[in-house]
Amino acid sequence: MKKEKLRVIPPAERANPDLESGKYLLMWQGPQHPGITGNMSLKLIVEGDSVVDCETHVGYLHRGFEKLMERRLWMQNFPLVCRIAVPEPDFNEYCYAAALEELAGIQIPDKAVWLRTLSLEMIRLASFLMWIGGQAGAFGHGTIIQWSVTMRDYVLDLFEELSGGRIYHMYIIPGGVRGDVPAGFFKHVLEIMDTVQKNLDDIELVMFHNVVFKMRAEGLGYIPADWVDHYGITGPNARAAGVARDLRKDLGYLAYPRLDFKTIVGQKSDAYERARLRLLEMYQCIDLIRQIVDQCPKDGPFREKLPNPLYWKIPAGETYVAAECTRGEYGFYVASDGSDKPRRVAVRGPSYTHAVAVMERLARGVNIADVAGLMVSLHTYPPEIER
Amino acid sequence: MSDKKLKPAPLANEGLSPDERGLFCDAAPREYEPAKGVIEDFYNWARAESLWILGFGTGCGAIELRPLMTSRFDMYRYGIQARPTPRQSCVFVIGGYASVKTLKRIVRSYEQMMGPKFVVALGSCTINGGMYWDSYNTIKRIDQYIPVDVYITGCMPRPEALLAGFQELKKIIKAGKGEGQNIYARDFAWYKANQKQIIKNWDMPDYNW
Amino acid sequence: MNELATRLAARYGARGWHDQRADLATIVLDADRLRDALAYLRDQEGYRHLSFATAIDNIERGVFTLVYTLRSHDKGHSLIVHADIDRQKPVVDSIHLLWAQAWTYQREMKEWYGIDFPGSPRVDEEFVLEGWEGPPMMRRDFDSLAYSDATYAERPGRATSDPARHMKEQLYPEAAE
Repeated sequence: MKKEKLRVIPPAERANPDLESGKYLLMWQGPQHPGITGNMSLKLIVEGDSVVDCETHVGYLHRGFEKLMERRLWMQNFPLVCRIAVPEPDFNEYCYAAALEELAGIQIPDKAVWLRTLSLEMIRLASFLMWIGGQAGAFGHGTIIQWSVTMRDYVLDLFEELSGGRIYHMYIIPGGVRGDVPAGFFKHVLEIMDTVQKNLDDIELVMFHNVVFKMRAEGLGYIPADWVDHYGITGPNARAAGVARDLRKDLGYLAYPRLDFKTIVGQKSDAYERARLRLLEMYQCIDLIRQIVDQCPKDGPFREKLPNPLYWKIPAGETYVAAECTRGEYGFYVASDGSDKPRRVAVRGPSYTHAVAVMERLARGVNIADVAGLMVSLHTYPPEIER
Repeated sequence: MSDKKLKPAPLANEGLSPDERGLFCDAAPREYEPAKGVIEDFYNWARAESLWILGFGTGCGAIELRPLMTSRFDMYRYGIQARPTPRQSCVFVIGGYASVKTLKRIVRSYEQMMGPKFVVALGSCTINGGMYWDSYNTIKRIDQYIPVDVYITGCMPRPEALLAGFQELKKIIKAGKGEGQNIYARDFAWYKANQKQIIKNWDMPDYNW
Repeated sequence: MNELATRLAARYGARGWHDQRADLATIVLDADRLRDALAYLRDQEGYRHLSFATAIDNIERGVFTLVYTLRSHDKGHSLIVHADIDRQKPVVDSIHLLWAQAWTYQREMKEWYGIDFPGSPRVDEEFVLEGWEGPPMMRRDFDSLAYSDATYAERPGRATSDPARHMKEQLYPEAAE
């Protein structure tokens, strides 16, 4: 019917346009701009309506987490870590808790393993739902966000029931999880998963068969497979390029080895394929949550006894714990010098590569109206870049 | 009113290079002159019922504006909607902590907004620093730098709390007590001194509008 | 994995191989052979993915310890490479030609620790800070609280109750000195 759309690989060399010539225009997109994810800015040089050069500027959200964590006790850092990535706080909690457990040699009970997995999958789903609204909105499709953010709210309601918190849960703590599941919680989870799945079917119909979305997203921001290692691209952005890398499979942490799922891969990583892949991963999340609810032990301990947190000294050592979040590899590097405070905590956010190096390259040659859509399709989130 | 008698000295715009100074206005902000009696009451009623907020997610509080904009909490039923540019908006929602780099943009966006304008500050970190009280890069209280009309506490505030905060703001506006921009005009020198103390590389005009 | 340790020791004088987990090991290198060793690991040993790079300020020893984390997806193994550099003269070879995102990490290290990477793109630009006049803030001798107290105005009436002290006094009085 229609011929295969040409996919353009943006040039590796940075253009050096002569701004004095009057042919180019320098303009800033962000930080105060509706077409930007979070609070960061792009310095664009445009010729007509196509971008010639792009430079990212980050740091508007820098709070100095890594410095603050060196000033606090191991346990006091828990309220801090979840605030590093706002849509997905649980990955921070899991990575930090798992790193502490590894250094201190704590084994967590089986029920805690399952509840952690449930918590991580639920927040994956919530974050994807938030993303799909943004992606549709960036291409001028305002209906999807009305549905998907409401669905996300239902998932957040589940978190409220489970942990008492809506955005920040602080549910995963060293030694296990903070509380047991409330009565009737699993039933609510299954009900809400049915609702979300029904809604996802609608989203699929309205968004992915929409000609405007298709025309604008296809071929936009094409990532060749050989960029994946060179740029350190992870997560759905890499999987859409046909590179089957999923840390849930590769590392086999928590209860994932006991769950039945396949790594979803695409053929060509452009904005449309990435969106389609993320939609499939949302269905996968729902499937995994159902499996977890089915297999989770109904009783037993959910927390290991910890030493007094005021005097809790972690033996000297260092470790790196990674987990697969919605955007890719999320990792915590924790180094201890044997005292009651961390020596160094470094956070590896997947946006670090996606939003800076990859974004700068992909934006070259893109129509200026598509820059926002491109940025959302890489699923970037600034707070984890600058911490 | 007062501005006729006391005309403030023109702003120096020292952050700008000499050839750019002529491009920007050097007049300081002036206080708002209210209309007489019921006319002003009518104005205030109209202002309170259509709050257009600036879509600038300055911190993590911005994540709760999404649910507020969409169908579940739906702030449009209260006449509140998000606008993409400061020129069209009258409410500035400070979404939590403000780092020094963002504060510069906050000041700039705030000054570009048309009066009468109001500021809602979300979260503990705008009130007293919250959990970033010892951070080297976040300010501890936002009202040193721009005037605040309503604070909403919490970390982070729930959408219901935001709606309650907007109702509170409506009451303030209807009572004609939304004095933020007048305070800013009156204590302009004090605010500027505070801002310049924090923002080290001041390279913008003293008043952007 | 220990053949890798032997090969690295023979080629680049690597030492101190330590298996932290079955899929994570750490190793120490000299800073002047760091870039060659990383290129070798990337091209010959399959550690093609750079997870992240950062630094630790070991002020007691007078060094910055660089931390490069590589991952080989084929072997399912991660390797943390350490290298010490002098705290007084912190200059290292840039690896921005090996990995296309590495310059961001180097910019961060330049701003946060003052470690220089000659030739790395935009390395002298400000990264997350703007108009910063203090010393590099991630160094251990920079006191965040003192800076914050001196710079930012505080709202009066904030009662600070250090949880550690509070708990010592209220809950564990027998443990308090």
